[in-house]
Amino acid sequence: MKKKRSFFERAAAAPYMLWSLLFIIAPLLFVLYFAVTDRNGDFTFENLLSLSSYSHTFVMSLGFSLIATVICLLIGYPLAYCMSRTSTRTRSILMVLLMLPMWISLLIRTYSLMALLDNGGLVSTFLTKLGFEKLTFIGTDAAVILGMVYDFLPYMVLPIYTSLTKIDPRYIEAAADLGCNSPKTLFHVILPLTVPGIVSGVTMVFVPSISTFYISQKLGGGSFDLIGDVIERQFKNAVTYHTGAAISLVMMILILISVAIMNRFSDGEEDLIV
Amino acid sequence: MNKKDVLIRLNGISKSFDGETVLDDMSLEIHDKEFITLLGPSGCGKTTTLRIIGGFETPDAGDVFFGGERINDVPAYKRQVNTVFQRYALFPHLNVFDNIAFGLRIRKLPDAEIKEKVKEMLSMVNLKGFERRRVSTLSGGQQQRVAIARALVNQPKVLLLDEPLAALDLKLRKDMQNELKNIQHQTGITFIYVTHDQEEALSMSDTVVVMANGRIQQIGTPTDIYNEPENAFVADFIGESNIVDGIMLEDYKTRFAGHTFECLDGGFEKNEAVDVVVRPEDVDVVSVEKGMLRGTVTGVTFKGVHYEIIVDVGGFKWMIQTTDFVAEGETIGLYIEPDAIHIMKKSEFSGMFGDYSSFSDELDRLSDATEDEEE
Amino acid sequence: MKWLSRSYMALIFLILYAPILVVILFSFNESGNLSSFSNFSFHWYRDLFRDGEALKALKNSLLLAVVSSLLATVIGTLAAFAIYRSSNKRYQRAMESVSNIPMMNPDIVTGVSMMLLFVGVTAILKINDVLGVWTMIIAHTTFNLPYVILSVLPKFRQMDRNLTEAALDLGCTPAQTFLRVELPSVLPGIVSGLMMSFTLSLDDFVISHFVSSPDFKTLPLYIYNQTAHEVKFSMYALCTLMIVAILVLLILVNVAGSVGERKQRKTGVK
Repeated sequence: MKKKRSFFERAAAAPYMLWSLLFIIAPLLFVLYFAVTDRNGDFTFENLLSLSSYSHTFVMSLGFSLIATVICLLIGYPLAYCMSRTSTRTRSILMVLLMLPMWISLLIRTYSLMALLDNGGLVSTFLTKLGFEKLTFIGTDAAVILGMVYDFLPYMVLPIYTSLTKIDPRYIEAAADLGCNSPKTLFHVILPLTVPGIVSGVTMVFVPSISTFYISQKLGGGSFDLIGDVIERQFKNAVTYHTGAAISLVMMILILISVAIMNRFSDGEEDLIV
Repeated sequence: MNKKDVLIRLNGISKSFDGETVLDDMSLEIHDKEFITLLGPSGCGKTTTLRIIGGFETPDAGDVFFGGERINDVPAYKRQVNTVFQRYALFPHLNVFDNIAFGLRIRKLPDAEIKEKVKEMLSMVNLKGFERRRVSTLSGGQQQRVAIARALVNQPKVLLLDEPLAALDLKLRKDMQNELKNIQHQTGITFIYVTHDQEEALSMSDTVVVMANGRIQQIGTPTDIYNEPENAFVADFIGESNIVDGIMLEDYKTRFAGHTFECLDGGFEKNEAVDVVVRPEDVDVVSVEKGMLRGTVTGVTFKGVHYEIIVDVGGFKWMIQTTDFVAEGETIGLYIEPDAIHIMKKSEFSGMFGDYSSFSDELDRLSDATEDEEE
Repeated sequence: MKWLSRSYMALIFLILYAPILVVILFSFNESGNLSSFSNFSFHWYRDLFRDGEALKALKNSLLLAVVSSLLATVIGTLAAFAIYRSSNKRYQRAMESVSNIPMMNPDIVTGVSMMLLFVGVTAILKINDVLGVWTMIIAHTTFNLPYVILSVLPKFRQMDRNLTEAALDLGCTPAQTFLRVELPSVLPGIVSGLMMSFTLSLDDFVISHFVSSPDFKTLPLYIYNQTAHEVKFSMYALCTLMIVAILVLLILVNVAGSVGERKQRKTGVK
C-alpha cells in the first residue's frame, strides 16, 4: 500500500535515527577503529594478534559460562515446567517471585550471595557447626559458577516458562490419545515445542556469563581472570585501549556468531522477553 | 436532477493494491442531498471508493472532484466529508460527550456552542443523558448512534457510511435503517452508504450503484435496479432470479426454454442471443395443460408467506415462489406474463448465475457471512 | 508427584531469595558480624545517612534515572510511532534491529564502546575529561531506548487503525491525531516503558562503570567501590533500601499496567 507519509510521520523517527547513529553505531565503529590501530593511530593487526596470549582466558571463560548455562538449563527447565503446571492464581504469584530478582541490580545480588557464602558467613558457620572442616567458598571455581547460575537463572526460566504456557493443552491430550505416556509426551511433544524458549534462555544466560567481570571479582576473590576481567582492567587501568578494544571486538563477534547459530535452531522465532 | 446538483464526481478512478486491481476506470456522479448506496459483494471496490472520497486512499489514476474542485491531493482532515466507520472507531479514552465534541474542538469552536451542538445531536440520535458515559459501557446500537452523531455534528457536506449496520443484529438493523433515513431527510446531507446487503440498499437509497470486479454494473433507483437489471450479475445479486439463455426473435418476441414468449423489450438485433430474467414471484403455477412450460417439482421449502419450489424444466432448474402447495415429484405447468419477462444483453456474467440446480439456503447464508468480513 | 514439584519450586525459590533476605536481615544487625544475628538495630542506616558521599550518589542516581528515562521515553515513543506508521518492511526491520543492538550486546561491550566513543571524541576535539554527568545521561538513555520501543510498539500495533482515520476524518492534522488520539491509546505502554527505563537506570552498574567519572558516582558504583576490599554493613543497608525502592516501583508499574489493561479491555468493541 503506497501512501504518502506526512512530514510529522517522517520527522518522528529523526531523533531516534540521529541518536542510534551517534550512540549505537558510532561507538561500535570506534571499537573497530581502536582494535586495528596502534597508539599513533596507524593501522595494525598487532592488537588482534597479541590476543593469542589470552587464549587461555578465552577458553576458561567459555568453559565457565557453558557450565553455568547448562546448570541453569538443568535447574531452570524443570522449574519452568513445574510452574506452568500450577493453577492460574499460583502461577501469577510465582511469576512475580521469578521476575522480582531480575529487577534487582545484579551487583546487589552478587554482593548478597557473597554475604551468604563469605568465609565466616552464614553457610560456612553452619557447616562448621555441623562438624565439617572450615571451608572456603570464595575464590573457588564453584563459587564463580554458582554466582553465574544464581544471577542469571531467572533469565533462563522466564522464556522457557513462556513457551511452555503457550503450548495448546490439546497437543498434550492429542499425544496422550496417540499413545504417549508422560515421559514420551515430554520428550516428543513438549520439549520440541519449547525449543525457541530454550534458545532464548540459553542466550540470555550465556551472553552475560561470558562477559561478566564483577562476579569473578567478588566471588572469585580476585584470583580469577575471565575475559570480562581482562577487558575491565584494560579500560580502567591500562594506558591505552587498543588491546581492550581488540578483545571486545573478538568477544562481540564470537557472541554474534553463537547467537546466530542458536537462532537457527529456533526457526527464527525471536522471543526477547524482558 | 440536473448537472448543477453534482457534488462529487469521480472521473476514471483506478486503484490497485499489491498489483491487484480493485477499481478499474470507475466514473460516478453523486448529487447533492442524495442518499446513494454502493452495493456489491466483498472485494468489489465499494469500500475503496468510499475511502478515496474520504481521503484515506489516493487513486492511482483518475480524478476526484468535490463541488467542481479537484481534491485528489487534499488530505482527509481538510475535506468537508465525515465518516461513520464500520466498527465505529469511537475514541476509547473519551466519554460520549467528548467523542461527539471532538471535531468541534479541533475547529476551536467556543465551549458554549459546542455544548449546544452536542446536546442537539444527542437528542437527534436519542441518546439524551448519555453525555458522561464511557463509550465502552454502551451497547452496539448506542455506539453506532454516537458514531453518527460524532460525524454529523460537524455539519459535513457529505456523510460516508461504511457498512455501519453490519455489526448489529437483525432487529436493531431494521430500526437503524429507518432512523438513518429520517436523519438524512432532516439534515439534508448527502449520504454515501456502503453495504453488501441488497435489502438494505433497496429500502434506504435514492440511488443504488451496483458494483462488481472494480466496476459499476448499474446505477439506478431501487425499482429500476430490481425491475430492469442490466446484466446477469445485477439480476442475481438483487433478489432471486431465474436467468435463462434466450434468443430475441424480433422486438417484443423472445424464445427460451423451448417456447416463444411475448415480452415488453425491444431494440435488439434479430436472433440476438440474450439473457432472460424471470423473478420467482412472477411465475404462476398452473395445470399442465394451461402451462407455457412444464416441469417436475424437485424441491419444496415452506417460507411462511409462500412456498419456494424448485422446478426442473428440461434440465434447467427454476425457482418459483407460490402460495399454492405443490408436492415434490408433481408435474406442473408454468405461466409467465409478458411483463414478467426482462431481457438483458449478454455480458461477462452470462451463464454464471440464475440456475438453481445447486441451490441451498445454507450456502447462501454462508457466503453472506464471509462478506461481512470485508476489511 | 505434586509434592515433588512443589518442594522443588520451594527449594529453588528459597535459594533465589536467601542471599537477598540475608542482606536485608543483617542490615539490621547490631554487630558487624556475618555469622550470627545479635541485636536489632538501625545503626547501619544511621551511618549511611551520615555518609555524605552516599547521599550524593543517591542524588546523582535519581537525577540520572529521571533524565535518561524521560529522554528515552520521548525518543523511543516517537521512534515506535514511526516504525508502526511506516509501510516499508525493510525500514521497519532495520529500525528494530538497530534498537536491539544494545540489548543483544553484553553490557560490557556497550559500556566499552561508549567509553571509546567519548575518549575518541575527546581526542579529536582536544578537550579533556568529558566523562561525567553528560556521558552518563547519554549512555543510560541509549540502553533504555530499546526497552521503551519494546513496550510501546506493540501497543501501537494493537491500536484500531480506524481510530487514526476517524481523527483525520474529524479534522485533526497528523500531529494533532498523534497527540489527541494515538498517544492516549498507547499510554499504558509509554508508562511501563518509562518505569522500566527508570528502574534499569537506577540498577545499572556495568555500563556506568565505564562511562562515569570519579566525581559523578551513582549508587551501584558507590556500592562497588565501597565493597572492593572489605565487607561494609552500611552497604547492606543501602542495598536493602534499593531493593525496597525497586519493589515499590514494580508495584507501581503493575498497578499502572493493570489499570491500563482494564481500561483497554473495557473499551474493546465486541
